[in-house]
Amino acid sequence: MTRRDRGTSFARRLWPLPVAVLALAGCGGPQNALDPHSHPAHDIANLFWWMTGGAFVGLGLVVGLLVLSWLRRDTRGLPPDPDDPHPGEKAGWTVVVGLGVGLALATVIAVFVVSAQMLKVTQAPAASSTALTIQVVGHQWWWEIRYPGTTAVTANELHIPVGTRVNLVVGTADVIHSFWVPELNRKIDTIPGKKNRILLYADAPGVYRGECAEYCGLQHAHMSLKVFAQPPAQFRAWLANEAKPARAPTTALQRKGEQVVLNGPCSSCHTLRGTSASGYLGPDLTHLAGRTTLGAVTIPNRKGYLGGWILDSQHVKPGNEMPDVDLTGPQLQAVLAYLESLK
Amino acid sequence: MSATLPPPAPAEEMVERLERMWQSRPGVIGWLMTTDHKRVGLLYFWTTLALFGAGGVEALLVRTQLIRPDNHLVSPSTYDELFTVHGMTMIFFFIIPMTTGAFGNYLLPLMIGARDMAFPRMNALSFWVFLGSAIFLYVSLFMGLAPNAGWFDYVPLASRKFDPGPNIDFYCLAIIFNSIASTLTVANFITTIFKLRAPGMSFNRMPLFCFAFLAASFGLLFALPPLTADTVFLFADRNLGFHFFDAAHGGAALLWQHLFWIFGHPEVYILIVPAFGIATEIIPAFTQRRVVAFPLVAIAELLVVFIGFGVWAHHMFAVGMPTIVVVFFSAATAVVVVPSTIQVFAWCMTFVTGNARFKTPLLFIAGFIFMFVAGGLTGIMFLAVPFDQQVTDTYFVVAHFHYIIFGAAVFPIFGGIYFWVPKVTGKLYFELPGQISFWIIFLGTNLLFFPMHLVGLEGMPRRIYTYPSGLGWSSTNLAETIGAYVTGVGILLLFANLVWSYFRGAPAGPDPWHGATLEWTISSPPPEYNFAVIPKVSSAYANWDVADREEDRRKLAAGALVLEQGHEQPVSSPIDGWFSEIVEMPHDSPWPILLALALSLVFTCLVIHKYVVAGVMVVLLGLVLAGWHNAEPETQ
Repeated sequence: MTRRDRGTSFARRLWPLPVAVLALAGCGGPQNALDPHSHPAHDIANLFWWMTGGAFVGLGLVVGLLVLSWLRRDTRGLPPDPDDPHPGEKAGWTVVVGLGVGLALATVIAVFVVSAQMLKVTQAPAASSTALTIQVVGHQWWWEIRYPGTTAVTANELHIPVGTRVNLVVGTADVIHSFWVPELNRKIDTIPGKKNRILLYADAPGVYRGECAEYCGLQHAHMSLKVFAQPPAQFRAWLANEAKPARAPTTALQRKGEQVVLNGPCSSCHTLRGTSASGYLGPDLTHLAGRTTLGAVTIPNRKGYLGGWILDSQHVKPGNEMPDVDLTGPQLQAVLAYLESLK
Repeated sequence: MSATLPPPAPAEEMVERLERMWQSRPGVIGWLMTTDHKRVGLLYFWTTLALFGAGGVEALLVRTQLIRPDNHLVSPSTYDELFTVHGMTMIFFFIIPMTTGAFGNYLLPLMIGARDMAFPRMNALSFWVFLGSAIFLYVSLFMGLAPNAGWFDYVPLASRKFDPGPNIDFYCLAIIFNSIASTLTVANFITTIFKLRAPGMSFNRMPLFCFAFLAASFGLLFALPPLTADTVFLFADRNLGFHFFDAAHGGAALLWQHLFWIFGHPEVYILIVPAFGIATEIIPAFTQRRVVAFPLVAIAELLVVFIGFGVWAHHMFAVGMPTIVVVFFSAATAVVVVPSTIQVFAWCMTFVTGNARFKTPLLFIAGFIFMFVAGGLTGIMFLAVPFDQQVTDTYFVVAHFHYIIFGAAVFPIFGGIYFWVPKVTGKLYFELPGQISFWIIFLGTNLLFFPMHLVGLEGMPRRIYTYPSGLGWSSTNLAETIGAYVTGVGILLLFANLVWSYFRGAPAGPDPWHGATLEWTISSPPPEYNFAVIPKVSSAYANWDVADREEDRRKLAAGALVLEQGHEQPVSSPIDGWFSEIVEMPHDSPWPILLALALSLVFTCLVIHKYVVAGVMVVLLGLVLAGWHNAEPETQ
């Protein structure tokens, strides 16, 4: 290998880094920590960019020293000078103490001070500073969502008023999960026997995707959620509707469907407020038709998907708690007609 | 070069007597009964290498499952077992036993001028117990009943209620079983380092490699008990009706996490500090210069493990701890950075001020420094609590710790294999393919791990068996999977080179690199008694002290300090290394393997819940121990 070849291969080590940084700023889906939509998420993203800049400087420093050693090497392979077998010891000590202790301490102290200040924003909010409390309970593998002070209960799709500080209280019905909507805030674990709190805030209307971040078993991969940040009036209307009991069926087909739901296996696990169905193992279905997705954001909430889910949810989300339900064709049509009417 | 020259006439007879005295039994029986630290080291090497292969295949399966969105290569339950066993294998069954078991056992006595470990039979026992625990874990995998709650196995997911099969029982017992082997190993290292250094090797004349292994040994000794307590509690919760972790009955799920990470964070340093030790021997040999700021580096090696015991809760920043606790652990995490930066700059300045020869081992060390610094810098980011809380349990963390574990532990292991393989086999590897394999592995691992940072920031959590399209994760995951296969090809080439060189390589001679430490003063492969003359040591770079090596040669010619009257080894004072006595070392013994076999029976009975039979097996184990001690050699 010539000297030149080796030089370019050293340069080649570095190419992915700048390319990656550029790529980061530009792309990313709806669950991107670097596309912040709240004060805390914004602060965290800023902190990340500053630390990343510093990290590239630090890495550059070390790579620079290694490249320097490569440039300084003596290819004649002479034995060390017997009078000075360990040259540069003093310079070495200076660098080790100056950079290894001095610069390192300065860096970590700076990161510590700045990030400790930021805790005021990212730790649990003072109760008096929030205008609304929402409870989230993690289940294997879906999210139960309650609005204290109202009868509203829903699942996997959280609605909040935009520009409002929301006190989010998270708990769990079974194992440890982690509530995480990266564009709105840091994550918070759900711990058995413990209630954790976090601020939920969105600075613009929109849909923000989140996902369970703590491994919670077989279907950890299909435990997502959506946060709908709505203008306050729209949110109030949604909440008022959500608090109402289930709509009564209006057509004969829907009535037949209601009978199948209430007398069949559905009601032993699901609640339809205002009916006899009061199971609690699965999500509340009172306003199922108002949700956009099924199975914790696994599939869209459309008629075909819903039918497939009812008959064979184990195919869509293997191992989930809902058994495949055995319905005849007409029964299924009736059930779908009823569920689709539950706005 | 002393050992290749025919010894002078009066010494010849003494060396022959030494050879007879230290000879192992021939054939397979010799290997099963061996107490020779070099043979035990090789047994560890081959076993951990096989386990590395297994862990690598698991990683490739995981990566192949994630190659595209909504993939269905493996079932969710298989995926969970794969990533759990991958983590357990790489940490408990590859890196720790590879560095301590293989490198430590083979090299430590050679570096301090000893003829064996302090407790040779205990050393053999640790290997057979380790082998038993590895077989135990892999039997569960092949039965499809392997641990499946992740390598840190959080409760209540790992409780009987949510994981009713025997999977987690295998987890608990495999960890306890494995910890027995590790404890035996490190107790042996600590004693060996304190007592068996060649007379004259005071603490400040000890190679940095030995400081690193001492630090890691003390780390493991104190880190394993909380892990053992944790796994015993979990086993009791699951099988005996206890409620240590059950919030509904007054237990606490977070107790598991605290105990686990009190082990788990020191563990991270335990994984990489021996690798630092490997680096601090390769760098001097290829720069022909002692490590810059030697005393500071030695202290930093010890300090990093010590401070590493005070940072565990930074793995738990998202569990909702009070602000004051979070701030304390953030500050502690800041402090633990400094011993590492001291070492990084000391290595770099040794590169700069010495005359670096970029042969394959040194390339791996340069690559290691790059990877360690990259992973360390993201580590510094985690002390920023809000950022940690944003990216913990995402692929950003997966990227970080793979830069550390693959980059900072496995790279030095590869470099160390290339560095010392000529000593072990007596053959030189092929340089050009060696360098090519380095570059393939270096590019492959960066392609594999760097995009994980990005996909983690884009919201991809850890441990999901699949992901939908439309989240911006697809191309990054594809790149990672390609990187995984590139890395795999590089590793295959790396080992093919070694196999090829074993048959076709040029003879290495005793000292192909002009290495710094005592193992380079003797023939390759070393004789069974290691040193014909107990070597004189007056610095940490003993092989470069030409006058001392001359003196050894004169002593051999005169027949002084050969200690050929028995199976003997001098013992020194712990700090100053003053000669204190000569002890008789044990010979080959069947008891270690028998004891490990009895212990395997105990664990097998426990996992199938036959507690009474397990009790009977404990009695059997006691009988084997009695037999062992009955056969105690007579002391002189």
